[in-house]
Amino acid sequence: MIEEIGTTEQGELVVNLGPQHPSTHGVLHLVVTLSGETIKKVEPHLGYIHRSIEKMCESLSYRQFIYVTSRMDYLSSHINNHGCALCVEKGMQIEVPPRAKVIRVLMDELTRLASHQLWWGAMAMDVGALTPFFYAFREREAINDIMEETCGARLTMNYMAPGGVAFDLHPDFQRKVKDFLAFFRTKIDEYDELVTDNIIFQRRMEGIGYLSSEDAISYGCTGPTARGSGVSCDIRKSVPYEVYSQVQFEEVLETGGDCFARYNVRMGEMRQSISIIEQLIDNIPGGEFLAKTKAVLKLPKGEFYSKVETARGEFGVYIISEGGTTPYRIKFRSPGFSNLSALDHMARGHKIGDLVAIMGTLDLVIPDIDR
Amino acid sequence: MAFLRTYLSDIYHGARSLLKGMKLTGYYFTHRKEIITQQYPDNKAEMKLPERFRGEVVMLHDENNEHACTGCTACELACPNGTIKIITKIETSPDGKKKKALDTFIYHLELCTMCNLCIQACPTDAIKMAQNFEHSVYDRSQLTKNLNKPGSKIREGVE
Amino acid sequence: MLSIENITHSIDVWLYGTFNPTAALLLESLIVGLCAITLFAVLGLVLVLMERKVSAYMQIRLGPNRVGPGGALQTVADTLKLAMKEGLTPDGADKFLFNLAPFMVIVVAMLILVPVAFAKGTQIWDINIGVLYISAVSSLSVIGILMAGWASNNKYSLLGAMRSGAQIVSYELSAGLSIISIVTLTGSLRISDIIDSQQDGWWLFKGHIPAMISFVIFIIAVTAETNRAPFDLAEAESELTAGFHTEYSGMKFALFFLAEYVNIFIVCAIAATLFLGGWMPLHIGHWTAFNHAMDYIPSSLWFIGKTFFLIFVIMWFRWTFPRLRIDQLLSLEWKYLLPLSLFNLLLMTLISIKGWHF
Repeated sequence: MIEEIGTTEQGELVVNLGPQHPSTHGVLHLVVTLSGETIKKVEPHLGYIHRSIEKMCESLSYRQFIYVTSRMDYLSSHINNHGCALCVEKGMQIEVPPRAKVIRVLMDELTRLASHQLWWGAMAMDVGALTPFFYAFREREAINDIMEETCGARLTMNYMAPGGVAFDLHPDFQRKVKDFLAFFRTKIDEYDELVTDNIIFQRRMEGIGYLSSEDAISYGCTGPTARGSGVSCDIRKSVPYEVYSQVQFEEVLETGGDCFARYNVRMGEMRQSISIIEQLIDNIPGGEFLAKTKAVLKLPKGEFYSKVETARGEFGVYIISEGGTTPYRIKFRSPGFSNLSALDHMARGHKIGDLVAIMGTLDLVIPDIDR
Repeated sequence: MAFLRTYLSDIYHGARSLLKGMKLTGYYFTHRKEIITQQYPDNKAEMKLPERFRGEVVMLHDENNEHACTGCTACELACPNGTIKIITKIETSPDGKKKKALDTFIYHLELCTMCNLCIQACPTDAIKMAQNFEHSVYDRSQLTKNLNKPGSKIREGVE
Repeated sequence: MLSIENITHSIDVWLYGTFNPTAALLLESLIVGLCAITLFAVLGLVLVLMERKVSAYMQIRLGPNRVGPGGALQTVADTLKLAMKEGLTPDGADKFLFNLAPFMVIVVAMLILVPVAFAKGTQIWDINIGVLYISAVSSLSVIGILMAGWASNNKYSLLGAMRSGAQIVSYELSAGLSIISIVTLTGSLRISDIIDSQQDGWWLFKGHIPAMISFVIFIIAVTAETNRAPFDLAEAESELTAGFHTEYSGMKFALFFLAEYVNIFIVCAIAATLFLGGWMPLHIGHWTAFNHAMDYIPSSLWFIGKTFFLIFVIMWFRWTFPRLRIDQLLSLEWKYLLPLSLFNLLLMTLISIKGWHF
């Protein structure tokens, strides 16, 4: 009977978590080796949602390829599009109008808020509390409505274009964002009340999935995952793009390195995003929202790289151009892939329930990992 | 004794944090006005989508069944997915000039990703995004649409 | 006054008057069995609907509202759907045990129903070891769960069943000790005696703080025993997909589901009986007028009201708290609840020897 249900020779149980599993948030496949409840090894298997986006981009023009990147990390699609637009602008040496710069940062931060809200709900759901998910979606819905009004879509916006943004802001945008921020400031305290302060949640998080700062660097972790281990890696601070150098905000750093530290980093980032939006929302300069560009974009021969800070970490776009209308090669550096690589290191020796909690704090978006 | 004190304060703080969470869910349980559910098919009448919402590509026709499409294929070139296919014909105007004109504007809704690039590329604003989002059909061939209405022709003065 | 007691009594008299004693007894058993099965079905439908509505309102949703008025027939439709579905038995499963397990669980749930007093004089069997019987039989349900987990030939099921085993065996202790602390006050294991002893007030109020502590411990322990969140490790959706009933479908799954809800009803009924006086109306000491006014509310309503309030509290837990981890679950029991309830039992014994309770 033991052999029938699948064990290794050492009496360890090999369990396939995924590709269809409620906690993997998509089609991630984890081969988990268990000894009782304790995890001996975790092996992520990728490729279930691979769409070869990089190869696809090689046959698309520099205007067209941006929309594809919304389908990678769909929760921070604005920021992905932003990274691509930045890289094209770098190559073409397009000067982005100041209004577009501010709009882009506003949209990025709203996207970050929406992404972190969804993460918060999903995280709570991973550790077994189902109700926070609905509260998170209530706030996220408000952001989506704002996005829908200005960008015309709720998830895959394709709002960033080389040289600025595709449309001007909706006339109601400023009022609605202010209303939303006032609403959300009260709700984020409810988040703390319901989940952060909860003793069960804290016990589930503290001391679980420890990642030292050395390991975080050597695994290439970025974003809140690395900042939870005390690694300062916020692109918005270290290589400020657009108007990030002009706004006051703090890079949220925690030194714990465990799940609760990563959780707190994201909760802190939500508050920082609110403050960034509040600083910018009344100071949107007038003028053009899209720079005048040629009808057909041609990047000069050479290699171009730009990076942005998505909700999950550093997103890099690397374009090799042969001088034509399409890129010769595109490489995306997605944060989820590197963050996932540390999962095995973090999960060893913990229980199955902890594996789910650790995956929750990594905030995995599978299409971002697989591309 | 110190052990006992931490033991009891553990229990006290734990229970307090749990009751705090229960207070919040209890608040929502008793306050029905907080419910955010929209009863979708029933609220179709009052449901209003923003003007910019991208549901599908449509071609604008005026009351004379005239559109503004010159058949320049800018949208076809701008489309990343090959969603649009434009078939042109040669028309002879009354004064004997030969001119390229639109014959059929084929739009594959099943391939469209609503990226809005065709709308931006159109020089004559002949097409736009409509707010209809209920596209489900029983046969996928119905998703291949012909955007210019039968018998329509180009509006006077649009070059 | 029309009460359930009168109805049952007149049926009893009529049966024994019409048939010979053996046939009357058989017929009575048959009627009781039918009533129990009907009660099960109704409870399952009502409690599932209640759970869905409670969770919906807590989660700022509307919940089921399409089938029947206000969604009242939703669970009937769900049951019909489950009855139509094919009951699959997975390849390599131990077919006999796999098919036996859901019946085992449901039979155990039915057995615990026996000594529960639903209203004044309405009890299937007023057995003299009622409370002991309940704690003995309720621990049998773990066998059904282990059986289901083992026979499914599925790793998730096995893990869920093992978790459930550890959990139920541990939490039996606290639940038992809480029950004993009330038994020390009443001096009887018979359910009807326990209820009668609360004529001048419920034990929750008469027994000072120790009674309240044991009430809280009992509620926590039975939440764990019935595998409800935050102790739903046996199912643990985000970890083990559905735990021990991952492989079950159709009516066999429905039986597990039904047993879960009936178990909640029964443990809440027992909590209501032990701490809140069962069907006994709210009486306060010698306030005769007040007590008399309270008696006008039928005893069955008191019982249902108390039980459903406790069920609501348990549902409230479920829709608020995250799940515990398996080691935390066990350390909560062995490090916190067990010492606390042992100490509490000592206090309670002192109170009952000295006669300090009201």
